[in-house]
Amino acid sequence: MSSEPYFLPNGRVLRYSFHERLIHWMAGISYVYLLLTGLAFWSPWLFWIAVILGGGTVSANLHRWIGLVFVLSTFLMYRLWGAQMKGTPADKGWWDAIGHYIRNEDEKVPSADRFNPGQKLLFWGFFISGLVLLVTGLVLWFPEYISWSAGWVRPLCGILHSIAALVTIALFMIHAYMGTAMERGAFGSVIRGDVSRAWMQTHHRTWYDQLVKNASARK
Amino acid sequence: MPSTTMEIRAISGHAGSVPGAGMSREYDVCKLIDVTTCIGCKACEVACLEWNGYSFTETTFNNSYQTMPETAWNYWNLIKFNEHEHPDHGLMLLMRKDQCMHCEEPGCLEACPADGAIVQYMNGIVDFQEENCIGCGYCMSGCPFNIPKFSAEARKVFKCTLCVDRVSQGLEPACIKSCPTGCLHFGSKDDMKDLAERRAKQLREQSGFSKAGVYDPKGVGGTHVMYVLHDTSQPEIYGGLPADPRIPWAVKLWKNPLKWIGNFGIIAGALGIFAHYLRFGPKLVKEDEQTKQGGKQ
Repeated sequence: MSSEPYFLPNGRVLRYSFHERLIHWMAGISYVYLLLTGLAFWSPWLFWIAVILGGGTVSANLHRWIGLVFVLSTFLMYRLWGAQMKGTPADKGWWDAIGHYIRNEDEKVPSADRFNPGQKLLFWGFFISGLVLLVTGLVLWFPEYISWSAGWVRPLCGILHSIAALVTIALFMIHAYMGTAMERGAFGSVIRGDVSRAWMQTHHRTWYDQLVKNASARK
Repeated sequence: MPSTTMEIRAISGHAGSVPGAGMSREYDVCKLIDVTTCIGCKACEVACLEWNGYSFTETTFNNSYQTMPETAWNYWNLIKFNEHEHPDHGLMLLMRKDQCMHCEEPGCLEACPADGAIVQYMNGIVDFQEENCIGCGYCMSGCPFNIPKFSAEARKVFKCTLCVDRVSQGLEPACIKSCPTGCLHFGSKDDMKDLAERRAKQLREQSGFSKAGVYDPKGVGGTHVMYVLHDTSQPEIYGGLPADPRIPWAVKLWKNPLKWIGNFGIIAGALGIFAHYLRFGPKLVKEDEQTKQGGKQ
């Protein structure tokens, strides 16, 4: 996946390569733009967001193109992480301990691989919602090509686009909260790429142990 | 357009009551199209182009008198020609002038997210304000009559204005003025309803069209364009006039319950996250394991 070494000086461990961080922020920045302009068209009370971001016409047009950027970055993420995001039988134990995870009783939570089952849910939630948003968004983009005999498709896509967007908003709020305030060190991992060994042992022990084993096998 | 504010309330030095006082007056405007007297001359199509400053564009010929398959962003008024086999009257060529119906409950306005892009006047006219249109095309999803049309050049949506610029100056719409047979009428909604019902009655009693009636669909709260049809039981034969037009359920669901459920969810979620942080705070990393690994934080 990456030629960068996992074990860095000063007891730091590489969590995300430069390539991964770049794609994450390509998705993150495009998503925030889509969220803001989308909310402007969602509620008249938020239309001022579109006005601030260059006016309704600019926002409506850019929303479509930035949407394509977001979908592209979602597909790049799928290529990057799809395999690691696959569910495993061990995931059930983690979900059974979700109450402990929420209450920060992490010692009672089964150890996680590179991505814990919650992160897998986030990934697949965004991936599937992204597909729905892409398909419905294209219909909304080109309403004039939908024939009148299939006129019901347009309003249906409008409501599905909103529902999929609401799903991503729920996921995004949890993700942003956990990535910044709740899991100290996580934000640094997706900015600079590295975390402490203790952080790895606390949050992704299975993966960390695997990395240690691989490193010692190579010696 | 008669203005309520300019109705005389009192007159100085005037013997007797104020003329017109106490009269009820309907200010809703309405177009009445009597399809039974339309001859398909297309004068209304030309007048619409002329008044609104559009020119003819290329059209598709499909073995019909109809100018083009459906109205276009720069062709708001189109007579739809349809052949129909009537049990009593034999083969009929049905001609229906198609344009914006100016619904009392407009689906386009309901679906539009842009502030001020669609307005409905007190007189019932539903008008697009193109300077505020953001070109999202949601109005096209809301309309049950397939009227708003997207212009790829302007990247905005256009439709019939019911000649709001003429009506506001006390003139009739351009299509009405051009009609040579008197099949097009314009006036207050009450007057037009009255006229329409009388014409429908005449068709039923004197012309042998037992199902003749007025098309003023209740599903959109009534319209400010009405038709007199030979057969109200099947309006679809007139170039696909919907029998029971309504704002699509998905648009209604999207604009009403879903919006409030979504807003509630977002706000509740944000509060929940904040409460979680207050109660449980950040996840802590056990630093003591560092020594075992011989590393430094």
